[in-house]
Order: sequence, then structure tokens, then C-alpha cells
Amino acid sequence: MSVEVAGMAGAKADGPLKLAVPRGALLSGTLDVLDAAGVDTAAVRGESRSLIFPGEGITLVTMRPSDVPTYVEAGAADVGITGKDVLLEQADRMVYELLDLGFGRCRMVLAGRKGDESLGESQRRLGMMRIATKYPRIAERYFESTGRQVETIEVKGSVELAPLIGLGDGIVDLVATGRTLEENDLEVREEIVECTARFVANRVAHKLRAAEIDELTAKLREATAP
Amino acid sequence: MIHPIPPGTRDILPDEMRELRRLHLAMIEVFESRGYGEVATPAIEYDEVLARGDGRTAASAYRFFDERGDLLALRSDMTVPIARLVASRYADSEWPLRLCYLANAFRAVRPQRGQMREFAQAGVELIGAPAPAGTVEIIEVLEATLDAAGLDRAVIGLGDADLYRQLLTEFKVEGEARDAILGRLATHDLVGLEVELSQAGLAAEQVDTCVALSQLRGGREVLDQARAIGGTAVERATARLGETFGALEERGVAERVRVDLGLLRDLGYYSGAILEVYDPAIGHVLGGGGRYDELLKRFGIDLPAAGFALYLERVHVAQMEESRREEPS
Repeated sequence: MSVEVAGMAGAKADGPLKLAVPRGALLSGTLDVLDAAGVDTAAVRGESRSLIFPGEGITLVTMRPSDVPTYVEAGAADVGITGKDVLLEQADRMVYELLDLGFGRCRMVLAGRKGDESLGESQRRLGMMRIATKYPRIAERYFESTGRQVETIEVKGSVELAPLIGLGDGIVDLVATGRTLEENDLEVREEIVECTARFVANRVAHKLRAAEIDELTAKLREATAP
Repeated sequence: MIHPIPPGTRDILPDEMRELRRLHLAMIEVFESRGYGEVATPAIEYDEVLARGDGRTAASAYRFFDERGDLLALRSDMTVPIARLVASRYADSEWPLRLCYLANAFRAVRPQRGQMREFAQAGVELIGAPAPAGTVEIIEVLEATLDAAGLDRAVIGLGDADLYRQLLTEFKVEGEARDAILGRLATHDLVGLEVELSQAGLAAEQVDTCVALSQLRGGREVLDQARAIGGTAVERATARLGETFGALEERGVAERVRVDLGLLRDLGYYSGAILEVYDPAIGHVLGGGGRYDELLKRFGIDLPAAGFALYLERVHVAQMEESRREEPS
């Protein structure tokens, strides 16, 4: 069943649509789907150190993936692309999640040292596990939903380090290929959730710039259709 | 010396206060000129009274005991206290009754996101006027209020609070699955919505219906697009919306109203028409409202009612952003 894109006749737009583009691991996948959707990304691919790339109809704004929900919620960016891991960790941000873009696929997992039973032992003898993570809210929600008590220890950098030198019994982290875990003698114990890149929109922009956002969503859907 | 105040609260100093007061007076003038009398109610009420309005979502986050051991609460909006006031003080009144307010309310939101824990709301309640005439009246008052605030680009979204509840009943989805689906609709998580709908055992066509409906927003043509999707719930909602929208067109006030079938308010007492207000200059919702035909029953008088509330501070921000836009420095 197809539904015609609803127009917002009369809604006066302020300049081109601003799209938040995540730097880092999701950048190349993001630029590829934008290209496929007919958005010019040549300027972002170039050598420029700029953060803002004005374009015809759409201005691209580059930022850390974890900042995307902040900019989009406030309406500083109208739409954006970021990982589901970021959206889950910042679940209280009011952004509309419009589309699963399918790329950047990775898994949020609980991992421990190979052959090491300290996760189970702490659970049994201390009644709780100590988990180092960059995603404390995802970790807390997961263990709460599975009826286990944990002490989450938030770290900012390489979380693989933590259990190796005794900070926590295990880690909750995002795994793409599993190579980093392997190299640090860690193994996946439980899979929490699978994450991919998502297309999100500001609540007010979604209403007031409906035609532009619906058109872009439709193009992205087509570009990422399996 | 610096003495802290709780997060999500703030002081207002004379420069801002002067502008807020001007805005407040302009709004109250609109309300009064249309026959809405201003009322005030206590900021603290008995928790049991506020919970009667909506135990699940509108219940206050700030509760405490008084010296007699009674549980008190800070109000989280004005609609429930006014329902209490109308039932206690106006039970023998002539209807419709028109009341308005400017009052502070309290919610335990996470601050620093354009949301405060203590905030001012200006709004009206129209008690005893059924749809569609009552709905049309409050939309007209809302438009006049936005004009008085100088927000001529502001837009009003008009939706139907019962659409998805009835649609899910039609699809025979109940209990937890139904709550999960309504939750996804309220936060507009379309990816999660599709997952929940499939998990609830709906056919692909029903999933598409629900997702497509939530994306329909625009002018009158939206109602035809929705009707093409079909079903009893959709038929009922579009008939109601069409009636309201037609009456707005007749009175020449439909221009800034957008029909929005994706609209869902988070307060549980709404039924029938619901409203949300946006301005292109700011990324947050300016206010909202709608019909609450079932609410007064919980206070012992069975009357249809509708109202809206605007966040005073956000309207003020929008005013400033709009004036900046008009006169670039």
C-alpha cells in the first residue's frame, strides 16, 4: 500500500534542511546512503576541516555521533543520522526515529575474559557483578530486565582495558567484528541488542517541514532497501 | 556569596519579567475578551485529587506530607485542578463555563533541555461545550492568542486521541502489546513501532496501515488519504476531524491548522480532538491541548470539555527568535 507524501502547504521553512552527519565509524556509510539518496556529499568527502557544508536544499553538519540526538532534539539540526546504540543510551531525548538505515551493524554485548569465571563468581558470592562500560544506561536497563544487580563503572576510553587490570568483572560494549575483544583475550558472553544506523528527526521539523523530510525519508528508504 | 537553587528552577529578573508580564497581559486580554474569566488555584493539592485526573501520567513527581500526615502534591498541570474547582464550585452553573489561567506547574523533567521543572502555563478551559463547536472555539482562541503574541508563523497540529486506541481494538491487540505500541507511537519511534506491531501478530497489511497513518499530516487532503486506508477506527476519526476542520474552514480560521494523524499527547485524560502548537523558530513544542470529555466524570459531573495551555517561557523564546529573524543585526 502506498500513501502519497503529505504536503505542508503554507508552512514557511527557514533555509535548507539541516542534516546532522556522524563523524567516525558511521561516516563513510552515511555518506554512501546520502549519495544514493541524491544528496551531494562531495564537500564532506574532501579535505576541508569545516564542520558545516551548505548544499542545495540540504546543509550537512558534521559532529560526534553521540551529539546528534542533542542537536536534533533542540532543533539546531532538523534531521540526523546516528547509531541505535547512541539513541538507546540517550533514550530520554525526544527525537523521532524514522528509519533503520541498516548499515553500521554491530552488537552490544556483555564480554568477559576468556576462561575467567569472575562474572559468575561475583554474581554468586557478592550478589552483583561489576561492569565497566561506556553505555551505563543500556547496561543498567539490560541487567535490570534480566533480574540481576550490577555496579556499572562508567569509563570514557578503551573499555577492554578495564577487566584486564581488575576494574570490573566484565564489560558491556559495542562489537563490530570482534577483533578488539579477541586481541585483548576477551570473549562475548551475552548479546544484548543489535544496533544499526538510524535516521532521526526533530519533532517540530517533522511537522513543519513534512514534505521535505518525507521525501528524504522515502529516498533513504529506497537507497537502503535490502 | 552564591546560594544554589534546585536544578530546573530559576530566578526571573526585571528585564525578562517586564517582557513576560507584557506577554502575559496580552494573552489574558485575549482570554477575557472572549469571555474566559481568570482563576487561580493552590500550587499544592491533595495527591488523591490530582491522581484522580490521571494517576499514570499526570501524577505529580513532587509529593510530601503535611503536619496532619496528609499526602500533598505539587500540580503538574492546570486542567486537573480546574476540573476539581469546577466540580466543587460550579456544579450548578450554566454551561458552557469559560475559565482561563496563568499559573506555574511542576514536572520532574531532566533540566537543560528547553524544559524546566517549574514552568508557567497560560491557557483556557471550556467546560460544557461538546465537539465540534467547543473544539472550534478553543482553536479560535488559541489562534487569537498566538496572534497577540506576534507568532504569525505558528502552526496548530490537530489530531485525534482515540484513533490508535480504537484501531488497536479493531485489530484485537490488547494488554501489554497495546501499551507497547501506543508507547512507540507517542515517542514516534517508527522502527520500534514496526517491530512491536509484527510481534503483536498483526498482518503485514495492518502494520503498514498503522505506520502509514502515523505519517499522515498536512491539509484537508490528509483526511482523504486516511479514508483510502479504510477501517472503522479510521472512518470514525476522520469523520470527527473532518467535522472540526470543516467548521474551522467555514469560520475562515483553518489556514494555520494542520491535520496530523500521527499526533498523540502523553497525558492520559485526552479523548477526541488533540492539539499541539509549533513555531518554525524553535525546536520545542509551544503548547498543546484538546478535548477531555471523560475527565470531569471522575470528579462527579459528566460534561464535555476542552482546553489548551501554552508554555509562557517558550512562547517568549519564540517571540525573541522571530523578532531576531525579522531584523537581522
